[in-house]
Amino acid sequence: MIHTQKEIAESAQYKSEVKSLSFYYGGFNALKNIDMVLHDKKITALIGPSGCGKSTFLRCFNRMHDLYPGNRYDGEIILYPDDVNILASNVDPIEVRMRISMVFQKPNPFPKSIYENVAYGLRVRGIKQRAILDEKVEIALRNSALWDEVKDRLHDLAFNLSGGQQQRLCIARALATDPEILLFDEPTSALDPIATASIEELITDLKTKVTILIVTHNMQQAARVSDYTAYMYLGELIEFNVTDTIFIKPKNKQTEDYITGRFG
Amino acid sequence: MRSEKSLEEIRRIISLHKRLDLIFMITGIVALMIAIMTFMALFAHMLIDGLPRLSWEFFTSFPSRRPESAGILSAWVGTTLVMLVTAAAAVPLGVGSGIYLEEYAPRNLLTEIIEINVTNLAGVPSIIYGLLALGLFVYQLGFGQSILSAGLALALLILPIVIVATREAIRSIPITIREGAYALGATKWQTVSDHLLPYSAAGILTGIIIGLARAIGETAPIITIGALTFIAFLPPSPVKNEFPFVSFEWLTAPFTVMPIQMFNWVSRPEEAFQLNAAAAGLVLVIMTLAMNGLAIYLRYRMRKNIKW
Amino acid sequence: MAEESQNKLVYAGKLGYSFRRHLHERFIETFLFLSAILSVAIMLAIIVMLVKESVVFFRQVSIWDFLTDTQWTPLFDDAHYGILPLISGTLVSSLIALLVALPMGTIIAIYLSEFAPFSVREIAKPFLELLGGVPTVVYGYFALLFVTPLLQIIFPELPGFNLLSAGLVMGIMIIPYVSSMTEDAMRAVPMNLREGSYAMGATRFQTSIRVVMPAAFSGIAAAYILGISRAVGETMVVAIAAGMQPNLTWNPMEPAATITAYIVQVSLGDLPHGSIGYQTIFAAGLTLLLITLVFNIIGHLLRKRYREIY
Repeated sequence: MIHTQKEIAESAQYKSEVKSLSFYYGGFNALKNIDMVLHDKKITALIGPSGCGKSTFLRCFNRMHDLYPGNRYDGEIILYPDDVNILASNVDPIEVRMRISMVFQKPNPFPKSIYENVAYGLRVRGIKQRAILDEKVEIALRNSALWDEVKDRLHDLAFNLSGGQQQRLCIARALATDPEILLFDEPTSALDPIATASIEELITDLKTKVTILIVTHNMQQAARVSDYTAYMYLGELIEFNVTDTIFIKPKNKQTEDYITGRFG
Repeated sequence: MRSEKSLEEIRRIISLHKRLDLIFMITGIVALMIAIMTFMALFAHMLIDGLPRLSWEFFTSFPSRRPESAGILSAWVGTTLVMLVTAAAAVPLGVGSGIYLEEYAPRNLLTEIIEINVTNLAGVPSIIYGLLALGLFVYQLGFGQSILSAGLALALLILPIVIVATREAIRSIPITIREGAYALGATKWQTVSDHLLPYSAAGILTGIIIGLARAIGETAPIITIGALTFIAFLPPSPVKNEFPFVSFEWLTAPFTVMPIQMFNWVSRPEEAFQLNAAAAGLVLVIMTLAMNGLAIYLRYRMRKNIKW
Repeated sequence: MAEESQNKLVYAGKLGYSFRRHLHERFIETFLFLSAILSVAIMLAIIVMLVKESVVFFRQVSIWDFLTDTQWTPLFDDAHYGILPLISGTLVSSLIALLVALPMGTIIAIYLSEFAPFSVREIAKPFLELLGGVPTVVYGYFALLFVTPLLQIIFPELPGFNLLSAGLVMGIMIIPYVSSMTEDAMRAVPMNLREGSYAMGATRFQTSIRVVMPAAFSGIAAAYILGISRAVGETMVVAIAAGMQPNLTWNPMEPAATITAYIVQVSLGDLPHGSIGYQTIFAAGLTLLLITLVFNIIGHLLRKRYREIY
């Protein structure tokens, strides 16, 4: 797969590489021949109008589409440094999800305690030792900037938290298992501006630790948090580049129209 | 001039329609009242006839030829044991198939057949289950006219109720909860057992209680398997003094249950026995009302607590 | 700033298939599948059992006699095997019950769904549910010892066992089933349909009858079919209150036996396994199952045809 010296040098900075990925919902071709890379420990944003396939693309990375019948992948998503195609049929989607976590559009805490929410991913991985669970829950909550607010009520029901707190809890839940890539599917679309600001700050902080791919419908958000941006339209990747380039000097006319609000 | 006339016309029509509305509303209240009054009359009639017979001795005596010393000891013990068998069989099977149909079943012909079949089973008259149990459990499998046969017959009868309740309870959990669990690397069964089952437990429990309340009152299938109506002894105790301390002899013992005992007394011509029937009926109704009431309360609390 | 844990979970190089985990998942799925398929097995067992014994029965009694003979006396020396008296008893009692249950159930459902204030509905619905939970043997007692004496005040020559009282009580008993399913179907009709009707100046009653009920048709049909199946298959009320004497009559004032009551009567006696008497109850049961099956198929077709008008 990797041939030249130059490619080896480049792949060292890549966390993942998407090679001619197409995706089908039954007969509908939702993603068309996408090539892209995720840079290690960087934030990559996916932008584009509703229905352009950005969420569909995101959900390929942890094989969420396997949950529903009639979906089909074509092409490859290579995960480095292992150099394996996570879409391959002999790769168990469950193991992919153990390494690539996801935060959803709407906060979806389980109706369990705050502690059990964060610990759930660890329990699924068979970790039972109280000491490890305690440590990892605390670190995850600290890393998601929630620890100080909830440390005295870890055994309260997670539903009692505010919307922004719930979303940070979901981030803690995803972080607790030391994922290599963290996927965000419009994580702030259900939140108010103040909660949104705190989540954005959190995402920026997290990039020292983990590679991040974020879908957003909010272009300012993409400009604020991401290092790389991909613009998608009708299932195609129109342009992918360093965020500043995309927002200041896009090469593609379509991208420019969308960025400047002349879209449609 | 013309428009004024039609305005009056319209007003007339409107007031006519409003009167129809009122008439229907009164009809509705009357219909509701008839249904409720009937129940009141039933309950009052049983209360008047049966209450004087309800005493400690009534619960601790065996049936007897003399109505004033007859009791329901063997009947309520039998009902309890039969319900144990019913619950032990219907709960795992019903919840299991509910989970399968809701979470596992692929969309194909077989699944559709199973779904249609569950609906049809719910419409099969209870006495048919009695015939099935008579042919299959009593004779083919040789369980005899026992607690085991009766319990299994009633389990089959309430299976559709448990299946439907399980499916509805699981279906009401939003898809985001499932995706959240899967995204953390949970397997299907982990998702079901860690999330879907605990969060739907109240709904499933409601269905189980309603099913058991139905089974407690069922008479026809138990008559059909040939349960004796005059039983003046108890089945062997499930707890033993010597090793291994539990015994399953009671499963194959002959038995009677509450509704059979009541039916037996109703069909006697002597009025004294009919008073016993009223007393037994009172106990039976209170038992089923309590169970159904519990189920309704559980559902009410669930609806209040639900937040998704 | 992000903190690091001492116990870092590392999965690199582990992407693949875990055989043990999949075996475990497979095992559970198989159990769940078996419990689901059991319902089909039960249905097949019912059919096999009824048909098997009925075949033996029909070797001794011709189907023609079974369908046309006007007497049903299998346990007498002069045995006749005509199912007609049992069918007439079943139909008359069911018809009376349905004449009570379907209109009353529908009216109550419309009232609760479209007219009643929230508080009335919150109280009436659980009450009706409780009503539906009362054991049938208790209703039988009520029919024999309360309703029949009451009816005898109006019709002095009414015998102690009769189809009328059994049918009326059965009707009351079935109301909750009909009303609760009908109401559920009507409440599932989207609000914007009602609003459309109200916006045209329709009253509540007009909206209920012309918009909500047609839209909820498939659910209402299902409720009616369930009510019919209940009536036809009901056992204890008729066994207690209508007497157990087979009697070819269409007169509700007479005592008669239904199919179900006959099965009860035979089961109460001591019938040896394999005797013709034993086989008659399976032949009767098969007849009953076929009758309910016909109604279920009609219901299924109706539902299929009118599914989701809104």
